[in-house]
Amino acid sequence: MKSYDIVIIGGGPAGLAAAVSARKEGVGSILILERDKELGGILNQCIHNGFGLHTFKEELTGPEYAGRFIDQVTELGIEYKLHTMVMDIREDKLVTAMNREEGMFQIKAGAVILAMGCRERSRGALNIPGYRPAGIYSAGTAQRLVNMEGFMPGREVVILGSGDIGLIMARRMTLEGAKVKVVAELMPYSGGLKRNIVQCLDDYGIPLKLSHTVVNIKGKERLEGITLAQVDAKGKPIPGTEEEYTCDTLLLSVGLIPENELSDGMGIDMNPVTSGPKVNERMETNIEGVFACGNVLHVHDLVDFVSEEAAVAGRNAARYVKGENGQGSGHKIVLNPVQGVRYTVPCTIDPEKMDDTQIVRFRVGNVYKKCTIGVYFDEERVMSRKRQVVAPGEMEEIKLERTKLLQYPNLKTITIKIEEA
Amino acid sequence: MYDVIIIGAGVAGSCSARELSRYQVHACVLEKEEDVCCGTSKANSAIVHAGYDAAEGSLMAKLNVQGNEMMEALSEELDFPFKRCGSLVVCLAEEELPGLYALYDRGVKNGVKDMKVIVDKEEIHKLEPNLTDEVAGVLYAPTAGIVCPFNLNIAMAENAYVNGVEFQFDTEVQEIKRIDGGWELITNKGAFQARYVVNAAGVYADKFHNMVSEKKIHITPRRGDYCLLDKKAGSHVSHTVFALPGKFGKGVLVSPTVHGNLLVGPTAIDIEDKESTATTREGLDELISKAGMNVKNLPMRQVITSFAGLRAHEDGHEFLIGEVEGAKGFIDCAGIESPGLTSAPAIGKMVAEILREKMDLQPKEDFQAGRKGILDPETLSLEERNALIKENPAYGNIICRCEMITEGEILDAIHRPLGAKSLDGVKRRTRAGMGRCQAGFCSPRTMEILARECGMSMFDITKSGGDSKLVAGTNKDRI
Repeated sequence: MKSYDIVIIGGGPAGLAAAVSARKEGVGSILILERDKELGGILNQCIHNGFGLHTFKEELTGPEYAGRFIDQVTELGIEYKLHTMVMDIREDKLVTAMNREEGMFQIKAGAVILAMGCRERSRGALNIPGYRPAGIYSAGTAQRLVNMEGFMPGREVVILGSGDIGLIMARRMTLEGAKVKVVAELMPYSGGLKRNIVQCLDDYGIPLKLSHTVVNIKGKERLEGITLAQVDAKGKPIPGTEEEYTCDTLLLSVGLIPENELSDGMGIDMNPVTSGPKVNERMETNIEGVFACGNVLHVHDLVDFVSEEAAVAGRNAARYVKGENGQGSGHKIVLNPVQGVRYTVPCTIDPEKMDDTQIVRFRVGNVYKKCTIGVYFDEERVMSRKRQVVAPGEMEEIKLERTKLLQYPNLKTITIKIEEA
Repeated sequence: MYDVIIIGAGVAGSCSARELSRYQVHACVLEKEEDVCCGTSKANSAIVHAGYDAAEGSLMAKLNVQGNEMMEALSEELDFPFKRCGSLVVCLAEEELPGLYALYDRGVKNGVKDMKVIVDKEEIHKLEPNLTDEVAGVLYAPTAGIVCPFNLNIAMAENAYVNGVEFQFDTEVQEIKRIDGGWELITNKGAFQARYVVNAAGVYADKFHNMVSEKKIHITPRRGDYCLLDKKAGSHVSHTVFALPGKFGKGVLVSPTVHGNLLVGPTAIDIEDKESTATTREGLDELISKAGMNVKNLPMRQVITSFAGLRAHEDGHEFLIGEVEGAKGFIDCAGIESPGLTSAPAIGKMVAEILREKMDLQPKEDFQAGRKGILDPETLSLEERNALIKENPAYGNIICRCEMITEGEILDAIHRPLGAKSLDGVKRRTRAGMGRCQAGFCSPRTMEILARECGMSMFDITKSGGDSKLVAGTNKDRI
């Protein structure tokens, strides 16, 4: 059986950045396992620009951004296997994978980095009534068909959900010659980035209908039309507000779900809010030597932050296999998201083991205007940041300094909350 | 002229074809859809009923118990998934317990074995821990089971085909005329003649019956909406849990499926349109509100898809199987609603027996009773699996990530007798696309494989035949 110091599950942006950072930390034996035909993950189908503003200070397309990391992986001589599906990971880090050439094989890993990404929520999860004809695609599936294979899924399009992929696809379908009639969003606010609403909808005159959903699907064979209705504060359709749209295509951009079947299988503690593993300051899960990063951990808006987070995971996996992890103090500070803050990554921090600066990322549960993000060390308010607006569609962060945390040897809980005026 | 034409390649038609194929006979199945198992047979509870429901002395009761008894051996012979998981009918009120005993008595009279009424709550919860705490008693029927409705139907059709029965798809019977020595069936693909016709047309069986008989029958499509839950919820119950109809209404069933999902449903809504398999908001809401009556903590957030099927409910609520009065040579196989799936093997036998007698059919010496289903690599040892991949690397290539279906299985589904021609055809045979992402990831890949293997253009690949095309053109082709 082969063994590697670090095995990385997934060769998308998270896996690539983790590999590069682990190698730079001095680990020679690294293997990336990728199920697709090339490295780069979902970036390969994201042919629009806007990637890398934080990391490279320039605007790249998805494949270009991936290319920067793939080049580094190649230059650093990091091993990878394509067309390779990981079937199972045992708690003792025995990885079972399969491909056409080698069949089913096992690899013993010193450390494992989970970087499997996420998948799209499907129509079924929404329980939209109606027929089940051809022409209903998740936005990402349509993106693959259009951007990688050159096929138009349809001509007249309605998009349900204003997640970023849906917004991007509204523009793409328009540019490729389809008529995008409307984007409907169940919530009273968009789930996507503000810049995408401006650049992908407003610039093309595509209406965004907030607090609306699809209440019926027509057409037995190919989609013929849908019915939109306004919803009340509880998300229930309001009778009498129905509007008919003829269309042959319905794209769904209704949320992303971290793809954690492998993590579940190995007994990793999950955060029910993110559907991703609970991790500490090193991006390490409850199983020692198993790390997680990127969209498998929590769904991101910007790939730059995926790369940043993955680098932390890669670096710490390297330290783990080199035995440089330190004993730590055993002092575990629990992060406590309340009052509008839905979750945090990480969930706990050991001040002895953390980097000089720890970025804590989180999302809010609603749109809050003119609010303050308050940070409390136990009962003491230690930090506050005024914000014009925070929204569920844009990930937030705060930075914690190690020197400061060390001044609180008895600190148990760091509470983060949204304080409205 | 054929000896026999069977209208409909659903489970009743396919079982009839398979049993008929034991004899020296020139037979053909006409199916209006592009594949077998496209109507009622594909969207139902997938239950093998024990047989206590049907009225004593009815044909339904007889064929139900017979079909149930045949299922296990048949599932081995024809290699389709079947599991005798047992069923529980849940009674929620003590004053309604007599209803449970009445079912028990009826079951005994129908010949159902090993049933038991249990009123001890502790014993009930030991059997099924997630049953509601309100339970007053259950009827336990260990002979009940669950089956893969697709592969039962597909296996029967494949085996019939291998044994010489022809199948014509996309062929819709429009008119039936009496001719010398038999019948002429006018279809969208021309005329077909046969000495005998078997009317296994599901919700359309009344239409064909009424073309040849003055004694009209009437079938109501009774829609049932279902929700299918993720495999994570699959072991929430280990028996099929029915509700005893009572003061809380009719209730819905909660059942594991042979593939490890959890099924909740159905509603029962009588409709007019025989094609209307659309779910409705009201139907799904009803399901969600009723689902928790008998089973506690149902994780309804784990729904991965919802669908609706139509039961072919004849006004008399009885299977109508036999030669139609005044229409010699026209055999009805009508009103096949629940327990139709359970009864199908026995229905097939009965239809074949009627035809054998009438035509004095002789057994076929080279009849092949066995059939090998699509190989599931997960049933193999590591060594066997690696040997398979070495011989055929397609078995090392996962196409459907959720259900872990390989390219090898999809190729088998396409190239075997009566192979898949569409995404849904592949899905029903292999489960590719049936998992939690609902084909989001694998559909473009399966489309490519279908196009390559069937020599078709991507523009002609369909979800389920007809006009269900998946791509409309190429980028910028209309600019």
